[in-house]
Amino acid sequence: MRNIYADNSATTAISPQVLEKMMPCLTEFYGNPSSLYRIGGKAKEIVENARENIAKNLGAAFANEIFFTSGGSESDNWALKGVCHALKAKGKNHIITSKFEHHAILHTCQSLEKEGFEVTYLDVYENGIVRVEDVENAIRDNTAIVSIMYANNEIGTIQPIAEIGAVCKKHKVLFHTDAVQAAGYVKINVVEQNIDLLSMTAHKIHGPKGCGLLYVRRGVKIDNLIDGGAQERNRRAGTENVAGIVGLDAALQLAVDTMDRRNAKLTKMRDRLIDGLLKIERSRLNGDREKRLPGNVNMCFEGIEGESLLLRLDLCGISASSGSACTSGSLDPSHVLLAIGLPHEIAHGSMRLSFSDENTEEDIDYILEKVPEIVSYLRAMSPLWEAIKKREAEENN
Amino acid sequence: MAYSEKVMDHFANPRNVGEIENADGIGEVGNSKCGDIMKMYIKVENDVITEVKFKTFGCGAAIATSSMATEMIKGKSINDALKLTNKAVMEALDGLPPVKVHCSVLAEQAIKAAISDYYTRKGIDPEPFVGKIPDCDECGCH
Repeated sequence: MRNIYADNSATTAISPQVLEKMMPCLTEFYGNPSSLYRIGGKAKEIVENARENIAKNLGAAFANEIFFTSGGSESDNWALKGVCHALKAKGKNHIITSKFEHHAILHTCQSLEKEGFEVTYLDVYENGIVRVEDVENAIRDNTAIVSIMYANNEIGTIQPIAEIGAVCKKHKVLFHTDAVQAAGYVKINVVEQNIDLLSMTAHKIHGPKGCGLLYVRRGVKIDNLIDGGAQERNRRAGTENVAGIVGLDAALQLAVDTMDRRNAKLTKMRDRLIDGLLKIERSRLNGDREKRLPGNVNMCFEGIEGESLLLRLDLCGISASSGSACTSGSLDPSHVLLAIGLPHEIAHGSMRLSFSDENTEEDIDYILEKVPEIVSYLRAMSPLWEAIKKREAEENN
Repeated sequence: MAYSEKVMDHFANPRNVGEIENADGIGEVGNSKCGDIMKMYIKVENDVITEVKFKTFGCGAAIATSSMATEMIKGKSINDALKLTNKAVMEALDGLPPVKVHCSVLAEQAIKAAISDYYTRKGIDPEPFVGKIPDCDECGCH
């Protein structure tokens, strides 16, 4: 049996080159960067070199605009809570975001709502893309921050970040973007794109889990999320995850260096897979076909339920994910699929396949062989499919 | 969330999948909005369920509980089949994750709905035997 890992939006395998760079930080340069002796100083130097290189790769003006965190969720929490708490005294108590953000943003917004902040959740329409004019129309005098993800984690749609950045700059409102899924697949330049704050993480781009960053443009007022020691210029306490930081830097560098080649390869694979899967009757692609991450395929197949599909794919050696309620531990299907207007019964039958450079055209061949078989099998035992076909026959008569 | 080996076995190789032509009773429970629909067909001779088949739209647990429940009532008298509880189905599957307990409830209800239909077809009021089968709207999912 083949084994195909097609859930790279969940996490990725660490790249051997990245791991190689991390290892000495765990074995040789294990000192605490805050310590004065040489082994501590070496660790400090390693962290600062990584910071400088990452700043360059994100187009940041200054290295000290990069703050290392434990990952995307912490960065998202910090960006929103930190900015909102800092601007509250100025009467800024309004947040603009979208309906299909990651829960690290949505649940943080809900938490801020409980504190009295008001949140506008923008529509993402059927194509899964926020409209720039909607952002502009939602901005008020008391808006503290706009937070729109760079690319969606489920359907991979890429948002008009530079345009939203320009609108925010025009109205002098801070702009945060969760670039956890996009980093390494799109060209990011925080200065040119008018991004004030940006979250990213290492483990989605073949780096280690447990290390991410928040870019905070110089001059942005932000309260601390984690208090304690003086690390990260007093802004984020906790002994630096030196190996993780080196891994983050190495992973981003590798992603930037190979972006054009990888994107061309993945786009070709993705489009062939989409074309093949759309041949299945009553299937649909979720999210804009063009403005999406090169490795993302998200489809719905009517009449079947996503978890069953996933488990059967797993039995064939294919690791995928679903926005079905059953996989989320809740009873509602994915908020992303509902946000793009899918009815519950269709959203239950979704499948996300996400690819990385490690996937091959042979993987696509195998998936194109297995998915139609599994869909047919599950439909044959589905009373919902039976009802759909019956309705179809009646409509044709 | 992890399924037991038994659940995975009944999911991967579900028993009694299909329909029965000229079934003596058909029961359908659940709805597409919740993501689970179970439809059960029974053939009854001398008060014994001689044949049972199912079709299910739903998650792994929904398919596995349908499969196990049909196995447990095959060859049983109507009375014995009515005694089948969701707990017994769960136990037979070596347990279900807490969020999947409702799937076993649905399997129990699907059997009751099929038996109910069997009584109705015979012109007998099913309620004294089967009791009331709650609507999906009452399950508290939404």
